[in-house]
Amino acid sequence: MKKFFSVLLASALAVGMLSGCGGEKKDAAKSDVIKVGVFLPLTGDNAAGGELELRGIKLANKMHPEVLGKKVELVVADNKSDKAEAASVAARLIEKDKVKVIIGTYGSSLAMAAGNIVKENKVPAIGTSCTNPQVTANNDYYFRACFIDPFQGTVMANYAFKNGAKKVAIIQEVSNDYAVGLAKFFKEAFVKLTGSPDSIIEVANYQTGDKDFSAILTNIKAKNPDVIFAPGNFTESALLIKQARQLGLTVPFLGGDTWETQEFIDVGGKDVEGASLSTAFDREKASTAEAKKFLDAYVKEYKGEPSALTALAYDAYLIAIDGIKRAGTATDSVKIRDAIAQTKDLEAVTGKTTLDKNGDAIKAAVIKTVKDGKFKYTDFVDVK
Amino acid sequence: MEFFEAFVNMSGGSFAQHMVNGISLGSLYAMIAIGYTMVYGILLMINFAHGDIVMMACYFTFFGISVFHIPWYLTFILVIITTALLGVVIERAAYRPLRDAPKNSVLISAIGASFLLENLANYLFSGRPLRFPNIEVLSQNLSLGSVQIQAISLFIPVVTIVCLMILLHIVNNTKIGMSMRAVSKDYEIARVMGINIDNVISITFAIGSALAAIGAIMWGIRYPGITPMLGVMPGLKCFIAAVIGGVGNIKGAVLGGFILGLGEIIIVAFFPQLSGYRDAFAFIVLIVILFYKPTGLLGEKTTEKV
Amino acid sequence: MAKKRNLILTVILLAGLFGLAWYINFETDSYLRRIVNLCMVYAIIGLSMNLTNGFTGQFSLGQAGFMAIGAYAVGIFTVPVSLRPSVFYAAPMHPAIADIHMPLWLALIVGGLCAALVAFLIGAPVLRLRGDYLAVATLGFSEIIRIVITNAQTITNGALGIKDIPPLNDVRYIFAFTAAVFIFITALINTSYGRAFKAIREDEIAAEAMGIDLFKHKSLAFMLSAFFAGIGGGLYAALLGTVDPKNFLFTLTYNFLLIIVLGGMGSITGSMIGSILVTAGLEFLRIFDEPLELFGVAIPLFRPGFRMVIFSVLLMALVLFWRRGIMGTREFTWDKTIAFCKNPFGIFGRKGVDKA
Repeated sequence: MKKFFSVLLASALAVGMLSGCGGEKKDAAKSDVIKVGVFLPLTGDNAAGGELELRGIKLANKMHPEVLGKKVELVVADNKSDKAEAASVAARLIEKDKVKVIIGTYGSSLAMAAGNIVKENKVPAIGTSCTNPQVTANNDYYFRACFIDPFQGTVMANYAFKNGAKKVAIIQEVSNDYAVGLAKFFKEAFVKLTGSPDSIIEVANYQTGDKDFSAILTNIKAKNPDVIFAPGNFTESALLIKQARQLGLTVPFLGGDTWETQEFIDVGGKDVEGASLSTAFDREKASTAEAKKFLDAYVKEYKGEPSALTALAYDAYLIAIDGIKRAGTATDSVKIRDAIAQTKDLEAVTGKTTLDKNGDAIKAAVIKTVKDGKFKYTDFVDVK
Repeated sequence: MEFFEAFVNMSGGSFAQHMVNGISLGSLYAMIAIGYTMVYGILLMINFAHGDIVMMACYFTFFGISVFHIPWYLTFILVIITTALLGVVIERAAYRPLRDAPKNSVLISAIGASFLLENLANYLFSGRPLRFPNIEVLSQNLSLGSVQIQAISLFIPVVTIVCLMILLHIVNNTKIGMSMRAVSKDYEIARVMGINIDNVISITFAIGSALAAIGAIMWGIRYPGITPMLGVMPGLKCFIAAVIGGVGNIKGAVLGGFILGLGEIIIVAFFPQLSGYRDAFAFIVLIVILFYKPTGLLGEKTTEKV
Repeated sequence: MAKKRNLILTVILLAGLFGLAWYINFETDSYLRRIVNLCMVYAIIGLSMNLTNGFTGQFSLGQAGFMAIGAYAVGIFTVPVSLRPSVFYAAPMHPAIADIHMPLWLALIVGGLCAALVAFLIGAPVLRLRGDYLAVATLGFSEIIRIVITNAQTITNGALGIKDIPPLNDVRYIFAFTAAVFIFITALINTSYGRAFKAIREDEIAAEAMGIDLFKHKSLAFMLSAFFAGIGGGLYAALLGTVDPKNFLFTLTYNFLLIIVLGGMGSITGSMIGSILVTAGLEFLRIFDEPLELFGVAIPLFRPGFRMVIFSVLLMALVLFWRRGIMGTREFTWDKTIAFCKNPFGIFGRKGVDKA
């Protein structure tokens, strides 16, 4: 019996040592690449957005494959548009894949679910298009390449005011965090600009999935607004605008960057002509050298027009690489975090990028309007 | 107080517009509620998948007109037939094997069927919305003074009433209608009397689903965005409409549909600040009505047999 | 003698499982920890649903709503007061609750009690209904709860959700709650209340004739179910660290429906087995969402969305072909296990003997 145990023990030790050696060897072999975690919804409800962003990150990796003389390797993980999954995937990237910086994600609630994980493990994450202010609030380890909901609301308020609107009605998708955020800051900014709280004549609510908006629209029509601000999902928004036109409500509609999809135009048809939205990127406004490179590469790789999401994801990768470069290390995640926090005037696709004290990118917004079934650049708003 | 204010401030034009909106929505609900009530009347089970049959019919119409370019009137007929078949298939696959099982099992199977249709549609057609084909004749706008009416909104109540008439005629005056009534009274006895129960149930499902298809076409023209989850809320609300009216009673379903449709519009019209709670309205009405009249407004009182 | 032996065996098993929880907590990666935690939280909610649907025979679909109440209690009361202004950035928190802070265990109990209170209030109109009506009415209430949460901006932060809930990823903590709920429900089922529940399930009219107060017992089962669902929901929120109303759509209830149908309606150990199989199974099914190549050929079936198709087919197949689930209304017992170990083939000979 004793003999049996000693053999067992010895073999266990041997196996342990072998595997230990194997592990070390592997690490040694891998140390000449820098692993960057990519954390996106590639399946589930948000898959379409995640796919567009993955394009941007892959493209950026192709254009900037090296930092500190080492090759950058992307470790792509799918958070499946699911909050519980997002938390486990982020943990897996950090613990199993040992990444020192993470890029992603589309969808603020997914980013928030991962927020605690990156904070606990002290690994910096750079959000691509998660616009909810809570993503970076109270979290020194979450940054983002996009602007935030309050900014977008403020931009649209300025745009409406600039174009002579005096009375605005707001129709918000009350079950959507994004829409509620935009509406709230639109209201504040617009009241400030006009100096009169009566300038917002109505705030109406609907739920995600609603189809019939005739009652709220009839109410609003009776109050004669100059313009309607209606942030929300593109499906509901397109139906909303259709019904407004059908009820003889002809005033312009303003919304947010979620509208910038082909489906918005497909469902809305000629009724959404003239609807305006704010977004982060337009090729006509692309001023930086990096943007030119990005556009050329995009056309070569995927054809067609790149979406703002792709551009933002590209920028998130640039911020990460720039951080590693300035930190001078690819292994100390805290140093990388500190370097990323100092990002200033980085040449990126969506303009020169600076991160503020919350870790949010400060940048200008582009206004686009639907014209002849296409999103056309109309204005440029920079709010300080 | 607020109600009073809103009422005084409302112009005649707005009020008329609200009424038009409410009647149009109410008759849509009524149309779909009839399908629920027919199935419930015979099988005493909620066909949870009914709302999803509506959704499938919307996709069928999309494929007929926008993909295969079949003229719309032909497509409508084809869609009604296909949807009726779908209803029969669902009954065969999900409900028939459970005919003698406890009611809860049938209910779970119905939930499963509904969930399966939604996930299947999501998988096959993707979750991105499609545009319901535009049919110029039906979607054009008519103005009556300051009131705007879509042509389809005039058709919907008419179609609903016509369907109601035809259905009442079938149920009351035909042989198959008599079999349906016999099965709904007591299907053991009906079987003894030589009625082919399986056929009667299949025909009921076919008729119920055909009505769902008609409802779906009108729904699509009125609200032209198609998504896999399209049928969920209308399905629940129309079931509620059927229960309010007294489940199993066809006239009750129509009544319930109108109460719900008009009620939803009126609550937003007079209490604009409650617009966020609109979807809760149907459930609250359901619970209030069940509390005071457990068999619905027009339902018959039944006694439980031991 | 046998009773004493069984008690000892149960204590040993629980201690062993707690040891396992300890091991998982310190020796495994956080991915496995999350799955195990989720399993246990689902088990609590599955048990709570089984209490009404399985034991009392009242088909309720309100679990998502009760979970939401518990989850929001944890969300509202455990977020540190200093972080609240940044969480409630759109509209400040209502002053009445803005300064109330609770430890997690207290918030869980408060959430459970709130859920039970709501269950008590809605029980009066709803529990008079039967079968399908009850199902739709409870489903309706769970939707009403969600809509109210969405609109109550200053209390729940509306659609913006609550984040910065102190994270809980301690397997032992959740294990302790799961074990407590398990022990409580097992004990409850063996009291006169439990027997009354089962009598109501089997035949309401006969039960009433036997002098069982139908409404009192249904209401009690409903409240207890809501209480545990509230605690489960609270743990779920603490596990995720964030809550928002969209988590609690009524389709969430379907997960627990599958758990109790698979495990067996009216079986406590069945619900435990069901929750493990469903949670692990849903993870496993994820391979169907990813493109699969077999011998260099991409199989076109495998793409996002396929997993949920399989999930719903499984739910239906289960009801159609295996209505009683794994355990039916039977339970795992030591007596049967020991009998089985002594004579593994005997079980085939006496089918139906061990019916509960």
